[in-house]
Amino acid sequence: MRSFDYRRADSLAAAREGLGEAAQIIAGGTNLLDLMKLQVMTPKQLLDINRVPGLREITETENGLKIGALVSNSDLAADPRIRSDYPVLARAILAGASGQIRNKATTGGNFLQRTRCPYFYDTSMACNKRQPGSSCTAIGGISRMTAILGVSEHCIAAHPSDMAVAMRALDARLDVADATGDVRQVGMDELYCLPGERPDIETTLAPDDIITAVHLPQKQSGAVHVYRKVRDRASYAFALVSVAAIVTRREQRIATAALAFGGIGSRPWRNSEVDEMLAGEVPGEPLFAAAADRLLAEARTEEGNAFKTRLTRRTMISVLREATGLEPASVGTDRVEESAA
Amino acid sequence: MKTELTVNGVSRDLDLDPRVTLLDALRHHLHMTGTKKGCDHGQCGACTVLVNGRRINSCLTLAVMHEGDQVETVESLGSPEAPNPLQEAFISCDGFQCGYCTPGQLMSATAMLEEAKEGWPSHVSESLSNPGTLSDAEIAERMSGNLCRCSAYPGIRQAIARTQGDAGGKS
Ligand SMILES: Cc1cc2nc3c(=O)[nH]c(=O)nc-3n(C[C@H](O)[C@H](O)[C@H](O)COP(=O)(O)OP(=O)(O)OC[C@H]3O[C@@H](n4cnc5c(N)ncnc54)[C@H](O)[C@@H]3O)c2cc1C
Ligand code: FES
Ligand code: FES
Repeated sequence: MRSFDYRRADSLAAAREGLGEAAQIIAGGTNLLDLMKLQVMTPKQLLDINRVPGLREITETENGLKIGALVSNSDLAADPRIRSDYPVLARAILAGASGQIRNKATTGGNFLQRTRCPYFYDTSMACNKRQPGSSCTAIGGISRMTAILGVSEHCIAAHPSDMAVAMRALDARLDVADATGDVRQVGMDELYCLPGERPDIETTLAPDDIITAVHLPQKQSGAVHVYRKVRDRASYAFALVSVAAIVTRREQRIATAALAFGGIGSRPWRNSEVDEMLAGEVPGEPLFAAAADRLLAEARTEEGNAFKTRLTRRTMISVLREATGLEPASVGTDRVEESAA
Repeated sequence: MKTELTVNGVSRDLDLDPRVTLLDALRHHLHMTGTKKGCDHGQCGACTVLVNGRRINSCLTLAVMHEGDQVETVESLGSPEAPNPLQEAFISCDGFQCGYCTPGQLMSATAMLEEAKEGWPSHVSESLSNPGTLSDAEIAERMSGNLCRCSAYPGIRQAIARTQGDAGGKS
């Protein structure tokens, strides 16, 4: 690890001041320290925000729930309100990492974790994300863990988060404090950039922005939530493909559908056209197949990740069958019940 | 950087480079070598310790971040002469071969049993609101952050299952 100055902020104001000269925030440290040990990331200053008060609470608001940026992944998944009203989020978090890592990982840090593309991790290989302009070794290389949607000729890295996929399906919104202390809201559809020609620019946040909280909208009684993760081993592995689905029904028809995908996109993936195709329709195989066709129409594959188009299609259709009641619910499919008044 | 660490209830003053992980502080600076280093990247669980009662990978955190926290290591469990119930169960169930992963397994299981008592669900729980008792599949899933190169998994799961009725496994 390269040496760095370590500082601790005990208030948001102190954190803002400390960030000024290109310091890097450390929250759980589970991603940042891993990358610093490999010298993939070499910050000169670390600003520890763990003692900033007020960022570890989950509170009810007029419009839903507000989750502080330092709430650990474990606490979030174990919160009774998340389990009953936002089960897709609890399931997505529990499908990721290990008990130890989830205890340390924070909500804010999880959104901003970096890709698991093996070439990003290997400093002896070219990688446009790590070293802009050096080229992309994953294209034509080992690409099992890479993306097939939203990729460019400069980068095919996948966003690795499970939590962020559920947040995308839930239309979560982030509170982001800028250097002056102003807080703005950033939607999940606005947070992440496509790689394009600058895969090193991953989000729309400025280097001195601080995520302070995440907002979830009101619960939707009667909605069926599904999180399904397909991976190379049954636990403690990143997704090859994951699907988060939130579906509501009106009589025999799908009323609304929100589908988000992990493991296949350069960012937690959602395609509003897919959701719109499903809304108002009678659930069934032809509809699901057409929706999968729509999702995968722009897929760009490599030899090593071409299997993901079929895997995504099958996983998505299987999830939709359970979400619409065509098949019985398995573990990972939960219904949001009416609140006991 | 001056740092005060509280390990197994004892406060220790250290002067550390901020780069020193909690794991290296324990092993190299406090010479408490019960906690093991496997991968140094959060992938194996050999370095598991408890911080304020929660299990974490001590290789993925900096010692200086833990001033004022309560750190518990395998040295806080039983001794060879008086193993605690969980350690006892590991011995009688053949929960190890070489023993390298064992301190991490013990600390992880100690905290995992508490998590289960608090009603935390896991990835394999049928019901999120009511995960029920720890089946073999539940124990396997909840312990998946601890790898064992000797593959003593059946014995490890059995030892944990045997301890789950007891008072959490701490002496
Ligand atoms: C072995 C292993 C397996 C894993 N498996 C999975 C998995 O299956 N699924 C999955 O989703 N994840 C997995 N993870 C990743 C894990 O979820 C992330 O490491 C974790 O969520 C990052 O959170 P953190 O708080 O530790 O972030 P940190 O490492 O502290 O920070 C990550 C980044 O976010 C920035 N940051 C943190 N907080 C803020 C804030 N409030 N405002 C602005 N910037 C901030 C930091 O500067 C840094 O750039 C795994 C990790 C490991 C080590
Ligand atoms: S040494 Fe920490 S997880 Fe392997
Ligand atoms: S007993 Fe040898 S690694 Fe687990």
